[in-house]
Amino acid sequence: MNHKSKITLNINQKKYILELLPWVTLLDTLRDHLDLTGTKKGCDHGQCGACTVLCDGKRILSCLTLSVMKDNSMITTIEGVAQGEKLHPLQKEFIEMDAFQCGYCTPGQICSALGMIDENRAYTLEEVKESMSGNLCRCGANSNIIDAIMNYKNQDHE
Amino acid sequence: MNSFGYKKAASIEDTLEIKYQNKTSSFIAGGTNLLDLWKYNLQNPSELIDLNGLEDLKRISRQQNGTIRLGALATNAYTAYHPEIENYYPILSRAILSGASAQIRNSATNGGNLLQKTRCYYFYDMASPCNKRNPGSGCPAIEGKNRMHAILGHSKQCIAVFPSDMCIALAALEAKVEVFSTTGTRIINFDDFHRLPGDQPELDNTLKSDELITAIILPQRGFSTNYSYLKLRDRNSYAFALVSVATCLELENKKIKEINIALGGVSHKPWRNKQAEASLIGELPTKENFEKIASLLLKEAKGFEYNKFKIELAKRAIVRNCLMALDPSSQRPGAQPSL
Amino acid sequence: MIKSRQIGASVNRLEGQLKVTGKATYAGEYNEKELVHGYIINSTIPKGKMIAIDETAARKVDGVIEIFTYKNRPRLPWFDIMYADMDAPPGSPFKPLLDNNIKYNGQPIALVVADSFETARFAASLVNIVYEETTSSTNLKENLAHAKNPKKGLATLIKPLPPKPKGDFEKAFIESEVTSSQEFYHSAEHHNPIELFATTTIYEGDGKLTVYDKTQGTSNCQIYIANVFGLRYSNVQVISPFVGGGFGSGLRPQYQLFLCVMASLELKMNVRVSMDRKQMFTFGHRPQTLQTVNFGADATGKLTALSHKAIAETSRFEDYTEVVVNWGNMLYPVKNTLLDYQLVPLDLYTPLDMRAPGGSTGLHAIETAMDELAYKLKIDPLEFRLINYAERDDSSDKPFSSKELKECYLQGAKKFGWDERNPAVRDTRRGNRLVGQGMSSGIWDVIALPAKASAKLTKKGNLIIKSAVTDIGTGTYTIMSQIAADELGVDVNDIIFRYGDSKMPLSPIQGGSYTTGVVGSAIKAACIALKKKLFKKAKLIPQSPFISIRLKEVIFENKRIVLKKNPSVFTNFDEILHNYRKPIKVSKSNIPNVLTLKKYTRAAHSAAFVEVEVDEQLGTINVTRAVTAVAAGTIINPKTARSQILGGMTWGISKALREESLLDTNLGKFINANLGEYHIPVHADIHELDVIFVEEKDEIINELGSKGIGEIGLASMAPAIANAIFHATGKRINNFPIHFDELL
Repeated sequence: MNHKSKITLNINQKKYILELLPWVTLLDTLRDHLDLTGTKKGCDHGQCGACTVLCDGKRILSCLTLSVMKDNSMITTIEGVAQGEKLHPLQKEFIEMDAFQCGYCTPGQICSALGMIDENRAYTLEEVKESMSGNLCRCGANSNIIDAIMNYKNQDHE
Repeated sequence: MNSFGYKKAASIEDTLEIKYQNKTSSFIAGGTNLLDLWKYNLQNPSELIDLNGLEDLKRISRQQNGTIRLGALATNAYTAYHPEIENYYPILSRAILSGASAQIRNSATNGGNLLQKTRCYYFYDMASPCNKRNPGSGCPAIEGKNRMHAILGHSKQCIAVFPSDMCIALAALEAKVEVFSTTGTRIINFDDFHRLPGDQPELDNTLKSDELITAIILPQRGFSTNYSYLKLRDRNSYAFALVSVATCLELENKKIKEINIALGGVSHKPWRNKQAEASLIGELPTKENFEKIASLLLKEAKGFEYNKFKIELAKRAIVRNCLMALDPSSQRPGAQPSL
Repeated sequence: MIKSRQIGASVNRLEGQLKVTGKATYAGEYNEKELVHGYIINSTIPKGKMIAIDETAARKVDGVIEIFTYKNRPRLPWFDIMYADMDAPPGSPFKPLLDNNIKYNGQPIALVVADSFETARFAASLVNIVYEETTSSTNLKENLAHAKNPKKGLATLIKPLPPKPKGDFEKAFIESEVTSSQEFYHSAEHHNPIELFATTTIYEGDGKLTVYDKTQGTSNCQIYIANVFGLRYSNVQVISPFVGGGFGSGLRPQYQLFLCVMASLELKMNVRVSMDRKQMFTFGHRPQTLQTVNFGADATGKLTALSHKAIAETSRFEDYTEVVVNWGNMLYPVKNTLLDYQLVPLDLYTPLDMRAPGGSTGLHAIETAMDELAYKLKIDPLEFRLINYAERDDSSDKPFSSKELKECYLQGAKKFGWDERNPAVRDTRRGNRLVGQGMSSGIWDVIALPAKASAKLTKKGNLIIKSAVTDIGTGTYTIMSQIAADELGVDVNDIIFRYGDSKMPLSPIQGGSYTTGVVGSAIKAACIALKKKLFKKAKLIPQSPFISIRLKEVIFENKRIVLKKNPSVFTNFDEILHNYRKPIKVSKSNIPNVLTLKKYTRAAHSAAFVEVEVDEQLGTINVTRAVTAVAAGTIINPKTARSQILGGMTWGISKALREESLLDTNLGKFINANLGEYHIPVHADIHELDVIFVEEKDEIINELGSKGIGEIGLASMAPAIANAIFHATGKRINNFPIHFDELL
């Protein structure tokens, strides 16, 4: 009954065909099966946001997602945010504003911010903070993270 | 955290058939609560029936009779940002957006929200006794750390609270729950969907094991002029409510024509007191009158060592939220108090 | 062209690109071939014995390789010294899987190893353990009768116990014009770095291991593993270039390291063991602490009597101590003092240093009493602190090596707008909210320890600096590179800094805000030695222009040695290498000059100014803005330093208003063991935070004059919040965290 399923995931515009047991989460698929360890495990229970990835353009928690349920989905992880060596402007802002210390929550923060910007529902500083509150930072880089995101939002992205 | 089988349901009938064949299977939609529980070893389904192929249940549509049908599989985010909801049932948007995080709301579904488990620490700790998880084993929360626990409608068996925000707004809006089984469709009044713990705290609601929630029906009236949702918690976001209040208000000639108040974070189900509400009909929407209804709503409340404060807090929250309902523009992101 | 100084430059984190692209690899992320996974089982009772372990069902699971319990633990040394790490308090260190005794709830009691993480986790859930429980006590307040003086040991050398009483406190207190008497309770807290504790052990054969570990001390873990498992030091390499937060939790080797290495050695396999979030609540924590202060002052506002007593929890097997009560008299001169610090052993794991250990606890009590005295005397709280300003450390009767706290007060107050503060309590409103402004002093001592570093000019002309030190997010990698670049006169990108590896020169564990001073000084010393050697080798070049020139007559700039008075005379590093034909390497230790240091009190200082808004009806609290001014000697990198202080301030908000580990003393366990119910601040909790670094020169503390900034931002923040809440509401809430409902 508990046999492996064959699933196709399009991750960072690369197609992966995997044979996985149903109980493997998307997070563990990325980290243990595909060596895409940029997506982080901080709680494994949907309480920290470190595992945030974009699935069909929407930010989700990969720890509370089974890979079998995402067959044929388009996934973007932190490894797919830059274009080759060229950093995404939001990544540049994170470096410039020192928006991380230990760096462990950073991939989740960046993916979450990209998802938020795409949602186009958070405009003011207060709204952005609220919308980003699903991503914890224990180093206390919060104000730098929000500054980096606001800087990026205020840039002209042509 | 056992291994499980996996099937993708093709139709509602198909879904119920698989469930009928395998009593130890579980439905999965967003998975944000089920997988959390599974990893704590609290739920061990032998098979998951993935509902995500049931496209019909993902829709939000206005019915011919003017009611709104929220598909059980529509995500919380899709619902909160749907123009019908934002424009005509703004309290529902507000409540949804004050719950969980943006990421969780992108996965979690409306049906799942109704079925989410309590956040009681003891329920989540397999090694602790818990009457809800293991009937008859006891309730350590009563003598333990009970800051988050119930002050209304609790029993000697269980003082857990139902953690949803969305459902508090749905209770105030007087929504209905549509469920489907092999015997057909059943409509449940929102107030009858969740239950108090009594002697059977293991039962959170009145859904039967062979039933599937297919939709939430919102009545025609959405209280889009005077409404407010207020949520008080231990941090400004991404925390469950200690006390939350949904107020739906309708005024006529400056007097209260109808007022629906639902409380969250205080009981095993969204808490309403229709008698108390009725006492304000025809009255002026003043602070004094809101204080009066607050007292009535909390009259039966009984707290424990660490949550007694909720009684006074809930009263004040009701008053503030009713005042905010008079001026919905005073509401802030995350359902925080008005400035 | 004179090269601009690298020390003091706001350099972006050198590893920034790796961290924002997900390429920084943490301990649990080394996906070696043929890796197997261990899952830990923890006790579910606080005290007693295991009387039966049923592994039958678990062993039947396809993919399970082995289950380790006390029954099949390999024979290992049993004596304490082999388990004592660099941060071990006096006592008997915990030894995982030693026997069937249970000493605390959550104690690791088994490791299930399987071919996949999911299988190990599932099989672990099938292991059935039968306990015989005995009575336990975990309630600090109910066990005060068992309070005792802490044992002395190595740890109390770095974290001194309270000095002896001075003068006659009782008499002075009674005779004081005004007094403040207050009691405080602080909940336990857990560090909860976002990265889960994890170890990946690579079995290299021949008694050799490569260990990727989440730690704040690679050398510490190397020595621990070698001692416990009887391996040669040189055969154990511990690597941790990226550490997803520490805050003290990685100062001691945690139990997953022991279990992972044990399994790897026994199975001769590559093994990974990672904790889950609940397990992150099953080792060291900030201890619950009760405090009592009794301060007295005369009518002019001078302090006359100071008593500060603290009682904290520890385990049954080790005496963990921190400095809670010593700070008051270091900050303020008082003739009559009475300080006391005691421990109550409970059936919990040994507490562990957590960001600003002791200081963040004690300063809350001290600065609250100071605040109360100021109100009673009708003196502005800042003015009151200036009246009691210590030009000299009164507690030890020594001068400060440097102290610019007064500047912190003045610059911080100015930036904050303290002058415009309405002195009346509960008298300022904005809409529904009461507004309050409070301030606090902060202090953290400067610890001096030895460390080693090496510097090398390779044959290819690369400059390589080495130290075993970790970078737990503090910016260590960047600032150490800056220190080396500054000394050698090159660009920071010309330095290759190798770190986070026990094969590199020995470094102490990274904590206590001393890493910059301690390791930085060793690196500076190594670079100076390298310069000397390079200069010597330069002189060997035929027709060298430097034959009769002394070292102080040249400068090092852009990989050249240049004659100061005539910059057109120089020798390239390449020419030196070409002539010498070998790499040029030096290794240097930084041994603190204890005799000189002993003559001074060495401390960083801060002043925090905080504004809060409290909803008058609902009690909800927001720290709307705060300024922290810091005097910490040389600031190597203002950008990363500012982040450290912002982090400390955010921790202050968390300590005062958010985080607490809820200890259910009936069950003897921390019950909110997850990040949903253990509340650390979210973005929506953090508003305007501002940092000022006050200029401070210190020629005593270390070669760099740098004091360290990991703790000082937190030390003053939490008390300032409590004082601001008093100003807003007229209520003193002395239990941390402050729950908003206490303001109803």
